[in-house]
Amino acid sequence: MARGVHDLGGAPTQAPIDRSEHQLADWELLMDALVGTLGRRGLMNVDELRRGIESMPRAEYERASYYERWLYSVESILAEKGVVAAGELDARLGT
Amino acid sequence: MYRIGQRVRVSARPHEGHHRTPGYVKGKIGRVERMHASFTNPETRAYGTDGLPKQPLYLVAFSQRDLWPGYRGRAGDQVYVDVFEHWLEVAE
Repeated sequence: MARGVHDLGGAPTQAPIDRSEHQLADWELLMDALVGTLGRRGLMNVDELRRGIESMPRAEYERASYYERWLYSVESILAEKGVVAAGELDARLGT
Repeated sequence: MYRIGQRVRVSARPHEGHHRTPGYVKGKIGRVERMHASFTNPETRAYGTDGLPKQPLYLVAFSQRDLWPGYRGRAGDQVYVDVFEHWLEVAE
């Protein structure tokens, strides 16, 4: 049975698990606040956030950090819902 | 509705869309420990709906030995997983 990229319970690994605490960067705090605001405004809920994360291509999912996954999901879900236009964020960033 | 103490099997049906049932309990038999309450359905809410009707969510206990081949811990070790009712079936 195909499992989602996130569905890792029981999967064997030799990779070490980093259990150290770390300071959150400013953008990570903003990411958390943004998702909270989107929820309160009714633009995006936590299940959509999770779907966006769990729909990431496997290689990107495995490479991304926790809040990078949130960022990926918010961008893709808001574009899917038409809250932002495709390419709008890139255009504003001048990339 | 399932009653406390009832043996249940988690469905192993294919499911393409968003869902929160972990792969490692699919097809496994556990025991209903408690019915938490009913909650909006993440499988539909993940696509922007209101997630209604609410679905009953159960706490199901599984023996570690039933989940992991060659489990070497104590015989009574269990893992508890929240599973929505529509993923459960009556176990013989």
